[in-house]
Amino acid sequence: MLTKTLNLESVQHEFDAKIARIKRRVVICAGTGCVANGSLKVYQALAEAIAEKQLDVVLELNEEKDADVYVSKSGCQGFCQAGPLVSIEPEGFLLCKVRPEDVQEVVETALIGGQPVERLLYKHPVEGHAIAKRNEIPFYQRQNRYVLGDCGILNPEDIEEYIARGGYSAARKAFVEMTPEAVCEEIRVAGLRGRGGGGFPTGLKWQLTLAQAAEKKYVICNGDEGDPGAFMDRSLMEGNPHRVIEGMMIAARAIGADEGYVYVRAEYPLAVQRVRKAVADAEQAGLLGENLFGSGLAFTLHVMEGAGAFVCGEETAMIASIEGQRGMPRPKPPFPAQSGLWGKPTVINNVETLATVPLIIRDGSSRYRTLGTEDSPGTKTFALTGHVANTGLIEVPFGTTLREIIFDIGGGITDKYGNPDPNGFKAVQIGGPSGGCLTDEYLDLPLDFGSVKKIGAMIGSGGLVVMNQDTCIVQVARFFMQFTQNESCGKCVPCREGTKQMLALLDDIIEGRADDTTLRLLEDLAEAVQLGSLCGLGKTAPNPVLSTLRYFRDECEAHILQKRCPTGQCKALARPEIVASLCKGCTACVRKCPVGAISGERRQPHHLNANLCIRCGACAQVCKFNAIVGV
Amino acid sequence: MTEQNTLTLNGRPVAINGEKNLLEVIRKANIDLPTFCYHSELSIYGACRLCIVEIEGMGIQTSCSIAPAAGMKVRTHTDRLRKMRRIYLELLLANHHQKCTTCVKNSMCKLQDLAARLGVDQVRFKMGENTKPIDNTNPSLVRDPNKCILCGDCVRACSEIQGIGAIDFVNRGAGTTVVPAFGKPLNQVDCVYCGLCASVCPTGAITPKPQIETVWQAIGDSQKTVVAQIAPAVRVALGEMFGLESGQVSTGKIVAALKMLGFDKVYDTSYAADLTVLEETTEFLTRKQQGKKLPQFTSCCPAWVKFAEQYLPDYLPNLSSCRSPQQMFGALAKRTLPEHLKIEAENLFVVSIMPCTAKKFEAARPEFRTGPHPDVDAVLTTQELGQMIRQAGIRFNDLTPESLDMPMGFKTGAGVIFGTTGGVTEAVLRYAAEVLTHVKNETAEFVEVRGMEGVREKTITLGQVTLKIAIVHGLKNARDLVEALRSGRANYDFVEVMACPAGCISGAGQPVMYDPRGRALRAEGLYNADRTLQLHAPQDNPYLQRCYQETLGSIGSKLAHELLHTHYQHRKRFDDAGFSVTDNGTDEKLPVSVCVGTSCYVRGSQKLLEQILSFVKENGLDDSVDVRATFCFEQCDRGPTVRIGRMVLNKCTFEQVRFELQKQTALV
Repeated sequence: MLTKTLNLESVQHEFDAKIARIKRRVVICAGTGCVANGSLKVYQALAEAIAEKQLDVVLELNEEKDADVYVSKSGCQGFCQAGPLVSIEPEGFLLCKVRPEDVQEVVETALIGGQPVERLLYKHPVEGHAIAKRNEIPFYQRQNRYVLGDCGILNPEDIEEYIARGGYSAARKAFVEMTPEAVCEEIRVAGLRGRGGGGFPTGLKWQLTLAQAAEKKYVICNGDEGDPGAFMDRSLMEGNPHRVIEGMMIAARAIGADEGYVYVRAEYPLAVQRVRKAVADAEQAGLLGENLFGSGLAFTLHVMEGAGAFVCGEETAMIASIEGQRGMPRPKPPFPAQSGLWGKPTVINNVETLATVPLIIRDGSSRYRTLGTEDSPGTKTFALTGHVANTGLIEVPFGTTLREIIFDIGGGITDKYGNPDPNGFKAVQIGGPSGGCLTDEYLDLPLDFGSVKKIGAMIGSGGLVVMNQDTCIVQVARFFMQFTQNESCGKCVPCREGTKQMLALLDDIIEGRADDTTLRLLEDLAEAVQLGSLCGLGKTAPNPVLSTLRYFRDECEAHILQKRCPTGQCKALARPEIVASLCKGCTACVRKCPVGAISGERRQPHHLNANLCIRCGACAQVCKFNAIVGV
Repeated sequence: MTEQNTLTLNGRPVAINGEKNLLEVIRKANIDLPTFCYHSELSIYGACRLCIVEIEGMGIQTSCSIAPAAGMKVRTHTDRLRKMRRIYLELLLANHHQKCTTCVKNSMCKLQDLAARLGVDQVRFKMGENTKPIDNTNPSLVRDPNKCILCGDCVRACSEIQGIGAIDFVNRGAGTTVVPAFGKPLNQVDCVYCGLCASVCPTGAITPKPQIETVWQAIGDSQKTVVAQIAPAVRVALGEMFGLESGQVSTGKIVAALKMLGFDKVYDTSYAADLTVLEETTEFLTRKQQGKKLPQFTSCCPAWVKFAEQYLPDYLPNLSSCRSPQQMFGALAKRTLPEHLKIEAENLFVVSIMPCTAKKFEAARPEFRTGPHPDVDAVLTTQELGQMIRQAGIRFNDLTPESLDMPMGFKTGAGVIFGTTGGVTEAVLRYAAEVLTHVKNETAEFVEVRGMEGVREKTITLGQVTLKIAIVHGLKNARDLVEALRSGRANYDFVEVMACPAGCISGAGQPVMYDPRGRALRAEGLYNADRTLQLHAPQDNPYLQRCYQETLGSIGSKLAHELLHTHYQHRKRFDDAGFSVTDNGTDEKLPVSVCVGTSCYVRGSQKLLEQILSFVKENGLDDSVDVRATFCFEQCDRGPTVRIGRMVLNKCTFEQVRFELQKQTALV
């Protein structure tokens, strides 16, 4: 364990000396996704199997001893769909979906033989060939894992490895070589924008807080990530917690704060555990606490678990939550930069933003600006999910197009059976419940904060849900509306009551009760909620509905005016019919129908009684001749 | 008007004169922007979104939360804003139990009023179900969550002005609702029944609990002699319900109306207030002279008394032992009136007309009854009296004033000013002045104790004696003052406490008044009434003098103590039966309660509970022991706390529990 008299360079040298004694390293992904798929069992089995083979194995680096294999855990490696993931260095092999029963073969083939295990390699979804090296898999090849880089490689519970990879040197630079003004300016010039959704310029936020004359200031790290399906922040906290802490230290230096909070949602137990350990290790090493790097400045850090409310990701609600109040936003101004936690000037930054900060200080703003666009420099992580071949956590420079993300990294669209479907693209929902859906007309739009906002969606925290042609767009809008309604704090009228009524109107559309006034009312209401809500949750809640109405109006109108769901997903609108010319009279549907709505003679076209039919669709499923339509 | 302090409101210049927020500027400019959640005395909440305005360069903002700035260009009723406000009202109405015709707030409801004002002529949204249970279990207030629009006024008033927080929000989204702690009814939590929540509620979600029918029945009962006592603050407010100005004194009309309703006699609580002053001042001067516990706190506000019983048990000996004027009147009436009126004691029915909801609770306190009947049989609020007058079709404004009945209808001005903050103190000083200076000054006024500030400190010298006095209203102010006393930062001889802002004149039973500026008018009315009376010092009340001669003996006599004084006891903040964690108990089981409140939890009560449960299981005691997890014995500093049978164990260890369980289960 590191002691208080810390010299970053000597830690680095010692670590390098230790790692030099290792022949091969096996990195098992211990992110939440892979753990859920059983990666810890793989870890255990692998360690045992290696020992059985009389190979020298270490689970912790040791400077006294040479070893054949060092087995370590990492944070999320990103390709969650293919987990549990096992990387083998120095070859750079990536083994997918590894089970405990596979480890014998892994040891023999890869660790002893130095060959990839063919069976466990990634197969190209269209061309079918296996790819051995991680860097050659299209999913990784097209990414630029700048912020996520070390996640998935380093051992998140080992502060020495973080330091060995240059960690905490940026913090030292900020504390020892830079003034607070210079730190703020560097971040401002870098053009870093808040990754939590709003895209507010981070440097400007810091400058505003620095300008406040106050004895006490706070830094808060917003780790209350809550968008459905998004896990960028979780991966960073699990995979590289020290980077987040270092970012907070630099923020503290920049604004003159001496105390900070990491607010992690309680539903991320592993992130909580890793961040807590990282804070404790950093304290032990003298990187947190008093007199940092001999500067005479202090920074103490607390880890706080959220209580399960999405709205606590809103900064004023988060402040209330930390203060022990009910997590409800309050009107701004005053902004947290003026009056935040306990009434003191406070900077709140998202995890990903903070994790980017050390890189900017380390590499300089001009180097950072070579990534991304003029409007939005740098990279952005996205949680790519839905009907694509490769799902997982990705990172690309701003300015990358949706087409590159979906087709190159994501491997293209899949149909409802999971098979590649090159023409299956319908829409992509960007920005989660605050964002909107985009159609194929925007596939070549370079993504950045400005460009996406212009077309009525937002980058948000980085959720990307790809939808194929079988997806009912009204149901998607309803899904997100249900989410925001459940998660509305209940304080302001437009959000609490407005989202409830928007949900009711969407239900009317889906269940066939809507009429020609419904869409107009929905639009009026959406506008009133958008313009008048108290906080960002309410202000952005109508976005999914509005973008649906903008880009898929025909589909909405079909539900209302023709009482028809074009994708056949809305059961209440289904009108099953038997096409007499196709029906062979096999009676399969007659036997299957639970309410006896189908009748007919054998070998004669059958008849469906619409009054009895409950639209369950069971008949269409058993019909071998596709004679039942409209379900 | 200069450029520096002017903004443009709908194209016209408007001056900024130190207003806290834009809404105040707009209202000063005679535009009554609608709000539900804005109260000048509460924190900015920004939830109802009705006070939205468009500000050039800032877009749509709520004017309550924006500081006015020179040069701002503000618009208040653009197309967009009007449309948005209407939608918000529609949304609220869709979720509101719209039984307006049968609601007690009908015609006084802000929601109803704003819907009409903003021209909401239809609700296009799906109506809510509104089937939440009504909380009707306490004597003072009725909570109907189905009428709640979640503006949060009650929540903030209770915590910010009264420092209690008996109610708060729970749940999220459309499930959000305001409830007392643990979802219990109000009578099981630390509500003091001041009713401030009801007086700020814009709808009928929290209202005073009516006793009108009980009173009608008593009036209709030919056996009963029904007498009324009218509290001071009633006379300056009831008229508002019939279109009179706030503060206009209408005592004579009230008497006439009560007689027309069928009351046999109409008396004045101010008579008993005079009596209170004599007893309380004597108690105070005795304490002062004998060097006993000071400061002496007033005890005429029942919400304050309950508050002190719950939160300030160490200061209970400092409360004056005097009953409130209502209860002094009740006890004295029940003792003397049967003979005076030549009726059977059990047929006397005393009704008090009060500005207050806590008075209903006070009248129901078990110590305030003689034999089977309470000293005060029913308490009507000012509002309820107005309702009864309306029900009977009486044209209040046209009534010819009538006189109060003697003897208990006679009062001095001292007993009248009781209804406003500082009034009790001034009345006490009027009597104390004569006692301490031995000089009779029939017109003595102590205007320095008057005012509307929440905390007022005065030093008054009477003869050789200097008195340090504090006057507070709002229970949070009272709590802060006690904290100052505890820490030695302050010391006083006498402290007057009223729970309601400005005192009884703005009690929750008074006619609905959303604008706190009306309070000053009511207070002024009381001081006017004082000025127009013949006598101003309580000791000069001839009927009281006779009462002492004929009935009570001397001030502070044994009978005076029996009838006019009371005692206080520490009261638990929560009624809590806990919940059973073993099989449901029968009566024969030994109850074992383990506190799992925060403080005991951090001291290890959860582990203790688990140990007890496994002990019970291992020893086959399931049938004889009922283990309950419970919240807060209010002995948090001595936790973990466990109660076994009647024995309460502090700093409890498992060994202690095992010992007690073995001992006591052998007896069960």
